[in-house]
Amino acid sequence: MPFDFEFAKSILPHLLEASVITIAATFVSFAIALVIGLFLALGLRSRFALVRRGIWGATQFIRSTPLLVQLYFLFFVLPEIGITMPPFLTGVIGLGAHYSCYIAEVYRAGLESVPKGQWEAAVALNYGRSRAMTEIILPQAIPPMIPVLANYMITMFKDTPVMASITVIELMQTANIIASERFLYVEPMTLVGLIFLALSLVASFGVRLIEGRLVR
Amino acid sequence: MSPIITLRDVRKTFGPLVVLDGLNMEVQRGEKVALIGPSGSGKSTVLRTIMTLETIDGGEIEIDGESLWHMKRGSRVVPANEAHLRRMRSKVGMVFQQFNLFPHWTVLKNVMNPVRTVLGLPEPEARARAEELIALVGLQDKVNQYPGRLSGGQQQRVAIARALAFRPKVMLFDEVTSALDPELVGEVLNVLRMLAHEHDLTMIMVTHQMGFAREISDRILFFEHGRIAEEGTPEKVFNCPTNDRTRAFLTAVRQA
Amino acid sequence: MSLIYEARWVLLEGALNTIIITLAASLLAGAMAFSAGLARLSSIAAVRCIALVYIEVFRGVALLVQLFWMFFVLPFFDIHLEPITTAILAIGLCNGAYGAEIVRSAISAVPRGQREAACALNYTRLQTLWRIVVPQAIPMMLPPFGNLMIELLKVTALVSLITVHDLSFQALTLQQTTMQTAAPFTAVLVGYFLIALVITGIFRLAERRAGVGLDRGGLR
Ligand SMILES: Nc1ncnc2c1ncn2[C@@H]1O[C@H](COP(=O)(O)OP(=O)(O)OP(=O)(O)O)[C@@H](O)[C@H]1O
Ligand SMILES: [Mg+2]
Repeated sequence: MPFDFEFAKSILPHLLEASVITIAATFVSFAIALVIGLFLALGLRSRFALVRRGIWGATQFIRSTPLLVQLYFLFFVLPEIGITMPPFLTGVIGLGAHYSCYIAEVYRAGLESVPKGQWEAAVALNYGRSRAMTEIILPQAIPPMIPVLANYMITMFKDTPVMASITVIELMQTANIIASERFLYVEPMTLVGLIFLALSLVASFGVRLIEGRLVR
Repeated sequence: MSPIITLRDVRKTFGPLVVLDGLNMEVQRGEKVALIGPSGSGKSTVLRTIMTLETIDGGEIEIDGESLWHMKRGSRVVPANEAHLRRMRSKVGMVFQQFNLFPHWTVLKNVMNPVRTVLGLPEPEARARAEELIALVGLQDKVNQYPGRLSGGQQQRVAIARALAFRPKVMLFDEVTSALDPELVGEVLNVLRMLAHEHDLTMIMVTHQMGFAREISDRILFFEHGRIAEEGTPEKVFNCPTNDRTRAFLTAVRQA
Repeated sequence: MSLIYEARWVLLEGALNTIIITLAASLLAGAMAFSAGLARLSSIAAVRCIALVYIEVFRGVALLVQLFWMFFVLPFFDIHLEPITTAILAIGLCNGAYGAEIVRSAISAVPRGQREAACALNYTRLQTLWRIVVPQAIPMMLPPFGNLMIELLKVTALVSLITVHDLSFQALTLQQTTMQTAAPFTAVLVGYFLIALVITGIFRLAERRAGVGLDRGGLR
């Protein structure tokens, strides 16, 4: 097998360093997705039909079109209208915005999973709207969302290499650069694959642990 | 003639739980037997082991004089293979508490398809057999309905027709009216009554309908903790039970 | 707008490639999903294990990494594939792993009583699977498979990075040749959206047809 372990060993530190960027990109975009997703979910419950429809349509559009092209769009069009950002920022905003459309749905489903009777009971006990929300509804709605959200984070992690296409030097792009310098592809690409596999397996295992705890 | 079903020293456990504890039981050809007893006493498990839905941990089950879980190979006795089990299963039909009709098929197909697939009957013959049985249970106007559109009582009658289509020697009924609304019980019991007149058909019924058990069975088996605590004719078991537990059970059931 | 009109043939060629890759990869993904999903439920431990490894590996690694691996690494093993073949293989295998979980969970969601009834009616295991279980599982699989196919359509954009002339590739080409940005990318996004609408529509139709007799509502 043409796999040079010495070479692999020599590039591994670079790749591990680069995975820090990948992981950072994952966390930052996930945070962005959580926040934008919240606004979208609120918008989907708006009193105004126009707002609801508009947001619904936009989320459907974003969910049906490729992240790659959305990143190109941000990367090339934003500077034209005078917004210049480092590629990393463009990347995490794009990835975060893309997944916020999925996460809005998680929030909605989570809230709807709490039986109506819980609201009614809270009203009967004379809780105010906001106290009913924070003390009765959210504590029931949030735990089941956590594993679902965590799984989206893992999915986002596996989408970070797309940022390489807008010149973000994350894990895969680092491997690509190393590989094309010496025209040795086997080791860098295989290592990147293994790093992704290891990290996602660990993360999935973690999610399963959390899930087991929450379900009990 | 030899009994059609024999259980000898049958043991069945689920982990630490002993469900059948050295059970001995015989059912004669054409006999109508009712199994009664408290919940969890192992009545369903008996039927399920006869139908091979559960394996056994000890003892022997014989159907029609042949071992269910063992077969002869030359002079040796070896564990049954799938072919042997299929041959044995063909003698037995079962009706479930939850009907278990196939929801993706119409009533006609539910009764017709299994005999086509399993017995390899040609379509016209299978169809004729199915239509006859569907008429027998009084559902000729529902042949093209899907089970989801039928009442529980109607579904259960289809399930009975489906099992009968194989012309089994033994029919097992596991609380076939327990999942039904009270007003639908009668129509299913009527079908069972009709079957009880079939001289050759052996019927083993688990039921909580004491009146019905008394009416159509030749023999009552009272189960307790995976054994038969008392057995006899309906008159004997219902009128002068010798076992205290039977008496207590019957009193409790009557009061309910 | 005039740019889009002038570039219509370029864009259509891209759309055609995107559609071909989507369809071919979906077929492969469907076949893999069924094989691996059923294998996961096999009574043979080795079969279950192989399926599990396939599913975990292809779901665990970023698709773009798989794509690059096949594109750049396979030639070192003397396996030379057309870029479009590589694209179809990578996307099909990866999405097949996701689909396998859909198949597995739909099959396990068929009530136990259905298998027991089939056993009591003397069906063989294979007959039970194909005549009783799978027909009931398919309507449950359709909605998640519809979503999966949309996801698959979206990731076909990545094939532009291994030189396949799909919609995304053409967008980038137009951007570089015309120095316009908003127009080509918007046009291509709309193109993907339209294809996605068609896929959704087809699955809606299929769901309606597959649901016959399985509406468990009403009397039951
Ligand atoms: N698959 C199983 N796993 C574990 N325990 C089981 C299983 N099936 C049955 N049991 C247990 O075996 C015991 C006997 O069950 P069985 O269904 O035979 O009782 P039964 O007499 O039919 O009761 P009922 O009148 O409630 O139907 C029960 O305690 C039940 O909980
Ligand atoms: Mg029972």
